[in-house]
Amino acid sequence: MPPEILLSNVTALTELTATSLVIVAGKGGVGKTTVTAVLARAAADAGRRVLVVELDGKPTLDGLVPDVEVRHLSAPDLLEEYLFEHGFRRIAKRLVSTGVIDVIGTAAPGIDDLVVLGKIKQLERSGEWDLVVVDGPAAGHAITFLTAAPGLLDAARGGPVREQATAVQEMLSDPNRCQVVLVTLPETTPVNELIETSYAIEERVGVRLAPIVVNQVDPATDVPDPSDVSFGRARAQVDDAIAAAEFRRERIADQQAELDRLVDAVPLRQVRLTARPTASIDAGDVAALAAGLST
Amino acid sequence: MSGLDGVVGDARVVVCCGSGGVGKTTTAAVIGIEAARRGRNVVVVTIDPARRLADALGLPDGLAGAPQRVPLAGIEAGELWAMMLDTPAMFERVVRANATDTEQADRIVDNRFYQNIAEALSGTQEYMASEALHELHADERFDLVVVDTPPSRNALDFLEAPGVLARFLDHKAFRLMMVPTRTGFRVLSVATQPILRAIGRIVGSDVLTDAVAFFQAFAGMDVGFRERAEEVTALLHDDGTKFLLVSSPQRDTVTEAAWFADQIAEQGFTVAATVVNRLHPRFGDGSVADASRRADTARDRGERELAALWDNLADLRTVAQAERRELQPLVERVGAEAIVEVPLLPSDVHDVAALTVLGEHLFAVDDPAP
Repeated sequence: MPPEILLSNVTALTELTATSLVIVAGKGGVGKTTVTAVLARAAADAGRRVLVVELDGKPTLDGLVPDVEVRHLSAPDLLEEYLFEHGFRRIAKRLVSTGVIDVIGTAAPGIDDLVVLGKIKQLERSGEWDLVVVDGPAAGHAITFLTAAPGLLDAARGGPVREQATAVQEMLSDPNRCQVVLVTLPETTPVNELIETSYAIEERVGVRLAPIVVNQVDPATDVPDPSDVSFGRARAQVDDAIAAAEFRRERIADQQAELDRLVDAVPLRQVRLTARPTASIDAGDVAALAAGLST
Repeated sequence: MSGLDGVVGDARVVVCCGSGGVGKTTTAAVIGIEAARRGRNVVVVTIDPARRLADALGLPDGLAGAPQRVPLAGIEAGELWAMMLDTPAMFERVVRANATDTEQADRIVDNRFYQNIAEALSGTQEYMASEALHELHADERFDLVVVDTPPSRNALDFLEAPGVLARFLDHKAFRLMMVPTRTGFRVLSVATQPILRAIGRIVGSDVLTDAVAFFQAFAGMDVGFRERAEEVTALLHDDGTKFLLVSSPQRDTVTEAAWFADQIAEQGFTVAATVVNRLHPRFGDGSVADASRRADTARDRGERELAALWDNLADLRTVAQAERRELQPLVERVGAEAIVEVPLLPSDVHDVAALTVLGEHLFAVDDPAP
């Protein structure tokens, strides 16, 4: 592994949380929420004032980072709030109840993303926190989310939307303020998707990319080839142990091939998070992963 | 239990539901291959814009917006076809089918507000997926349609999709802009409505003009859209339509799947089976403690490599146990007999050969050793 590719743990946390805003992005199932929690935990343990932001969806982060503040932002609520603050005080409620707000959202696609980003910008600028970590939008929504501001800059020639879009774009394109952490798994499909996403972000969004986080990396490198090992006189469960070793070795070989492919395909450094022997990540797992990131 | 035999059997439509990253696309592909092997003429529709299905089926050039035949070695009886939903193209087809003339259709598809709806309105993708389902179901080339639903935030969007445009048009906003006249509707000028003027100040007046022009062009077409929505809803409720819930054995996806099962039931649909993908094998009937004890003994004797082998067995059994524990709420929710387990394979699934191996688990004549 070339040393410039794989970050040492000492610099991993520093690099991943170098900006005041960090947006964590990745396809469904890769552990975006886990990575968000780990970054928040590690930064909080290092003494920084951390805010975690969750977008829409069900709240899943609360239990993972006890004692770190978590905010849930919902686009419909923020759009209402936005209208309320921009001269629609009297009719904001009516706009929502009559469905006019849906027409506004459709007439100006991205406006819901923009109000969310606008709120994030406000939190980032408030001075209350040293680091804001956003559990980014799911599935393929990341690019649309990140390009909402330039899209609206084209559409709106003036007024509050344009001001908001300009301010958001300033934040996103400032490498000292904002970076995107892409998350993947050491498997074929997630690696393919990360490669596609990273190039799309490079081409279409002027935002700094942080080192890639590869989640659930199997740390086992020392499972010997069972055909080289004598089981002595043991019989019971020997076949199970042999099958398990062959299974693990094959998965680790596959994993290594994917990690290498990622190194070749994307010129970003990698931080690897160890797989936990569990089917449900809890606050303890998050703390263990965070400790591994900063020591 | 013989996997999905009874579920897919003579189904005309199979809808794969579940949260993102649980292997929905792979499951849809496996069902497609197996159905073709059994002599069915099957088409698999994927909504996932990534190349997952194309990669899995070994189609180097990706998938087109129209069904294309997938060559399957050794299968002669049936046919496998695959397509990826092209949402804007599908929407345009639906508009053209419902428009009174080409001129009306052109006016709509050239409108920027319409283009926003076709590309970005939340629910449009699900809506067009249901339209594609309707179209393919009526296509005589196919006797089975397998749909891989979009990875929605709200997993139910697909079931509610047919009504999405009808509901949009039902909005008071629409009526706010339109005044009924003897000959149909007349669109109010923006200037006469203070609320529209105010909105124009926020989003820009060009944007609003586009919206008004869209509603104007659309006038009269909503009846056709509503009828179509009812047909799609009826098809989803048909006995020949089977819903498959797809999950993986992690706590968050299991919670999501159980919640999804409830929602599907509330909508009056039945989940025919629940597929749980990527379960770690158990490696025998022994326990974690058995393996750990053997590892300790080997370590005490200084047999380092042997200890590593027993430790590995203990590790894998620990994960397998944890996964089965997480799965329990789903087992209680849908019943053990409705769950089809698919093991995690030693290698990632990305070719037809691996899909065929998965097929042996999904459609086992004999229950595969879990």
